[in-house]
Amino acid sequence: METLNQLAHGFSIAFTPVNLMWCLVGTTLGTAIGVLPGLGPALTIALLLPITYQVAPEASFILFAGIYYGAMYGGSTTSILLNTPGESATIVTALEGNRMARSGRGGAALATSAIGSFVAGTLGTLGVAFLAPVVVKFALSFGPAEYFSLMVLAFITVSAVLGSSSVRGLTSLFAGFVIGMIGVDLQTGQPRFTFGIGELLDGVDVIIVAVGLFAVGETLYMASRRYAGKDEIVPLKGSLYMTAAEWGRSWKAWLRGAAIGFPIGAMPAGGAEIPTFLSYAIEKKLSKHKDEFGTVGAIEGVAGPEAANNASAAGVLVPMLTLGLPTSATAAIMLSAFQSYGINPGPLLLTTQANLVWGLIASLFIANVILVVLNLPLIGLWVRLLKIPAPQLYAGILVFATVGTYGISQSPIDLVILYLLGAAGFLMRRFDFPTAPVIIGMILGPLAETQFRRAMTISNGDWSVFYTHKLSLTLLTLAFIGLAGPHIWAYIEHRRRRGPEHVPGDA
Amino acid sequence: MSTSDQQAPPPRLAVPELLIGIGLLACAAAVAWQTLAIPVSPLYSKVGPTVFPYITMTGMVILSLLLILAALRGGWQPEEEKETPTDWKAMGIVAAGLVANLVLIRPLGFTAASVIMFVLICHGFGSRRPLRDALLGLILALAAYFGFARALGVNIGAGFIENQLNAAINAIIAMVRG
Repeated sequence: METLNQLAHGFSIAFTPVNLMWCLVGTTLGTAIGVLPGLGPALTIALLLPITYQVAPEASFILFAGIYYGAMYGGSTTSILLNTPGESATIVTALEGNRMARSGRGGAALATSAIGSFVAGTLGTLGVAFLAPVVVKFALSFGPAEYFSLMVLAFITVSAVLGSSSVRGLTSLFAGFVIGMIGVDLQTGQPRFTFGIGELLDGVDVIIVAVGLFAVGETLYMASRRYAGKDEIVPLKGSLYMTAAEWGRSWKAWLRGAAIGFPIGAMPAGGAEIPTFLSYAIEKKLSKHKDEFGTVGAIEGVAGPEAANNASAAGVLVPMLTLGLPTSATAAIMLSAFQSYGINPGPLLLTTQANLVWGLIASLFIANVILVVLNLPLIGLWVRLLKIPAPQLYAGILVFATVGTYGISQSPIDLVILYLLGAAGFLMRRFDFPTAPVIIGMILGPLAETQFRRAMTISNGDWSVFYTHKLSLTLLTLAFIGLAGPHIWAYIEHRRRRGPEHVPGDA
Repeated sequence: MSTSDQQAPPPRLAVPELLIGIGLLACAAAVAWQTLAIPVSPLYSKVGPTVFPYITMTGMVILSLLLILAALRGGWQPEEEKETPTDWKAMGIVAAGLVANLVLIRPLGFTAASVIMFVLICHGFGSRRPLRDALLGLILALAAYFGFARALGVNIGAGFIENQLNAAINAIIAMVRG
């Protein structure tokens, strides 16, 4: 059992006092930002990226992973008590969880989501440990053409398949490509998209983009929405302990949620929306208490999606660590942390950086244990965080946003770019453009370009490499199906319902 | 792009969405302009630094045309977004706070600029106790400056307040050391 040996070695790294401290800091911070509406793991990790110049890679990745997992736990607290999902992944938790809280069973909802997160997070992390070496073996046979096609597939699934509109998702992705191309082209040394501004030669820092879209954009949006109704915090009533019946209804949902969440997260598609919605639908179908769904709140409807959410968050780490393929904004920013250390995530990462990878995986197990303690006995602390009034919360977020941005090079130009991106972020939020594809596009776009040019150089400029290699062709076909499939299907449905005599196109 | 079954509400031109589509088209034009400005060495003529920009530009043109088409068919804003009026005044005050920060961070330093931004943003969000907000902002900015920035090794421009405090801290350290 090679994996178990590696894992044992990982625990010996993660259990050093310093790394345990980073894990504790990360999970605590992660829970806090997960609880606070308006702050997410992507923004937080972006703001903390400069730490990569200060500490060893193991330490910063243990910190980042703690934040990543912690935000999942904290986010469910907000969904249950405030009915304001912090992230798209916790929308489903709010559906039943908030109803449970309103009918006085908030304690049980919090308990099932925390314990379910623990169970699924642990299973998901085990999945990472055992699946990653398998994917690596497979990925070692990839050439540049395969990598490029795989990235195309990820681009399509991340922006076009998930989310409400493929056109808007792709628009965000292409905006990310443009931002990613700003600066000096590494292969030829030519400046691109700099508009003659010297500061742009180094490119636009991912910190600025993440902070602009997630912090400034969000603040402007919240300011403009003051006429919208406000959600009330449901006071936490009832004990945090679940009854035997609630345990009985929860544990199967946890396992089913984990079984749905991990594989979907581990695919190069990623995303926590689909598994959480899928788990919700399944729990609703299988439940013996269908009357509780949508009325007083059904515990299965919290347990399943919460487990699916955490398992898919773990799953996202598989393509990130083995292929260097981030499928969420947070994973993309973690990838840029690897780049900041000069480490290239890919199939060789597990062998060249064994300490880092296995230490990180081991620390994820520890993080899960810390998080269940932080989120159950200490829940009162986090509920108090929810009471921070919005004006001071958003003003404070922007103070930290300034530190993170202005600290990069003390250039007011950076602040100008930050605020322009903030304005763009506001428009995107207002007009329902997803923001995560921008981050993924700007990080993964240049990598895709590198692979593309490498493949074309090897083939001597022959485009056929992308479709004569079987694997590459398969991946591109999948991408095409992902992009065109839903439209073709909708068109067929449309025709079948309206009858063939009404030829669409006159609309 | 399937239309709904009911043909009853005639598609109305959605102006904000149309502007977004046109804006994106303008961005694509800017991309084209900047791509043409990239000098291509004949050595790299096969897959040079301009291939990806051209692909991106083509994609942007297609996408902006699709967005304009969607705008002509009535736009895509979610109903609840349309129904809630935008609070331009609140947004304006928050934006003013951002601009104040941008203009003042050089001359006044990070802390002072942050306090002014903090008070303005709180005001924009409806807080009506500027003095308390200023105090909170000061505490937070100092915490950010001496905690966050120092811990991360980030160097933020120091202004009057930071210099005074740095001098005081150094004096105390010198005193303690004797």
